[in-house]
Amino acid sequence: MQRFIIIRVFHSVLALFAVSIIIFGLARISGDPVAMMLPIEATDADFARVRAAWGLDKPLHIQYATYVGNIFQGNFGESIKWKGQDALSLVLQRFPATLELSVFALVISAVIGLPIGVIVAVKKDTGVDLAGKIVALLGQSMPSFWLGLMLMWVFAVQFGLLPTSGRGTFKHLILPAVALGYFQVAAVMRLTRSSMLEVLDTEFVKLARIKGISENMVVWKHCLRNALIAPLTYFGLIMGGFLTGSVVTETVFGWPGIGLLAIDAVRARDFQVVQSVVILFAAIFILSNLVVDILYAYLDPRIRYTH
Amino acid sequence: MAMTQNEIVLEVNDLRTYIFNRTSTVKAVDGISFFLRKGETLGIVGESGCGKTMTALSLLRLVPKPAGRIVGGEIRLNGEDLLQKNEDEMRQVRGRQISMILQDPQTSLNPVFNIGNQLIEALGVARKDNRKGMVARAVDALRNVNVAAPERRLEDFPHQMSGGMKQRVVGAIAISCEPSVIIADEPTTALDVTIQLQYLRLLKDIQAKTGLGIIFITHDFGVVARMCDRVAVMYAGRIVEQGTCRNLFNSPSHPYTQALIASVPKLEERVDRLYSIEGQPPLLSNLPVGCRFEPRCPHAKERCLAEYPPSFTIESGHSADCWRLDAAW
Repeated sequence: MQRFIIIRVFHSVLALFAVSIIIFGLARISGDPVAMMLPIEATDADFARVRAAWGLDKPLHIQYATYVGNIFQGNFGESIKWKGQDALSLVLQRFPATLELSVFALVISAVIGLPIGVIVAVKKDTGVDLAGKIVALLGQSMPSFWLGLMLMWVFAVQFGLLPTSGRGTFKHLILPAVALGYFQVAAVMRLTRSSMLEVLDTEFVKLARIKGISENMVVWKHCLRNALIAPLTYFGLIMGGFLTGSVVTETVFGWPGIGLLAIDAVRARDFQVVQSVVILFAAIFILSNLVVDILYAYLDPRIRYTH
Repeated sequence: MAMTQNEIVLEVNDLRTYIFNRTSTVKAVDGISFFLRKGETLGIVGESGCGKTMTALSLLRLVPKPAGRIVGGEIRLNGEDLLQKNEDEMRQVRGRQISMILQDPQTSLNPVFNIGNQLIEALGVARKDNRKGMVARAVDALRNVNVAAPERRLEDFPHQMSGGMKQRVVGAIAISCEPSVIIADEPTTALDVTIQLQYLRLLKDIQAKTGLGIIFITHDFGVVARMCDRVAVMYAGRIVEQGTCRNLFNSPSHPYTQALIASVPKLEERVDRLYSIEGQPPLLSNLPVGCRFEPRCPHAKERCLAEYPPSFTIESGHSADCWRLDAAW
């Protein structure tokens, strides 16, 4: 198990390294930041001076080496747009808000999606199953910004129970997290249902029933643990998605997260901030996949021992 | 063999299990009756799809829901009719009074729990104990099925064991609560020949020690001869002939039994082609009114087409459903 984790962590570092090369290259293909920094009437000499000041006149591989070297010292560079500010601290300032929203949205999709998925699988082809299908259909076809606005209208405007926007107390978190998580509730539910149906049909479930144990144990112990692999993979993906792609929800609820920062930085060709955001996103994706891999091994002994 | 104890533990009367599909009704088990004595082995023989496994699942009341349903009959286990019991009461019966060994050891154990966990769960159904006591009982259970170094095996997961070993564990689970009947549904089909023999011997040993009644489902007449005291031959959802092993091998009376026995290859004969029964069994969703074997039967007459034959007794304990046994034939 330890060996398994060490190998996975090593893979993760390699992946991060690859991402840093790609984003470094892409950012430079996207255009010249100096053009955004100087007024139209600036001379070629001005351009050369500014380039030299930012180190942009050096060959790319030197720039990259400097960049990586600085990263290892915890220095992600100074923001080009927000002058005088450290790129990493800009990103990290916004990060807790996004993390909080994502984790809570994930918890919502898991604690609602998983059990409902199990129940509709057990009650296949009954009214319960049909009701589940309707909820799933609604969830999958309702855009989260619209759901966000509706939730805001009902719970904040009509009943005045929850605040409309901003961040602060737990109450502020509820509406945006529900708006973000509900779409995934439907997906998690359908995924859990189909993998539960597969497991319910196996011989080992038949044997568990032959033993005379309760149906609850058959479903929640024997089946669920086997059926968890597919939804778990999906959790890894949606966690990454929540953290990096909740721009719309953040906008609707005025949630001071990382999404908006990323958009602004891209527009300003703020290399340092864009690179920091992307590397952080990559690290998050890699980390959530790493967690999923370790959980796989915990859930299924066959994975544990073959690596 | 173990015929000294005459007490009947299981009696099945006119059991019917149908599967209701959208467009048709499959009569998987269509009015079968048999009994099992203490310490006795009853073989149920027949080709694939004749209702053997559905019979077994009916005895445990584990017919696949919601399509499958036991629509009639009586299953008396130790004097009580299982069909009168509700689901909770039925759970008290499973594992403790009647249990089953499934066909394929590769898939019958849960891959994500270790052997100890799965055994202790089965043991705990009848009697809870502290952790240490349960482990000790699990070790005993493995020792009873001749698993070497049982203490170490408890920690193993199914994928770390061989097929034969897994089937022993399944056997240990089946007998863990000392049931009076176990159903073995082709338990050796998935094992290789040498392991098969060991496993069958093991079952016989356990039976001799505990007086267990075994229902042995198979399509292999060689295994029947080795294992069984009595045999029931199933064809298209019915038992067409039953009797002692000797009855069936020496004087098979139903043309289907005769054909089955004729199709067992013999080592001492040289043949170019193995014997086989012409045609296909009828669809269980569209059964003929007459004898179900009539289309494949070399002796069939008009009467066979018109009416299903009653059971004719050939001698005490030996009967068959065939018009040829009627005095008026």
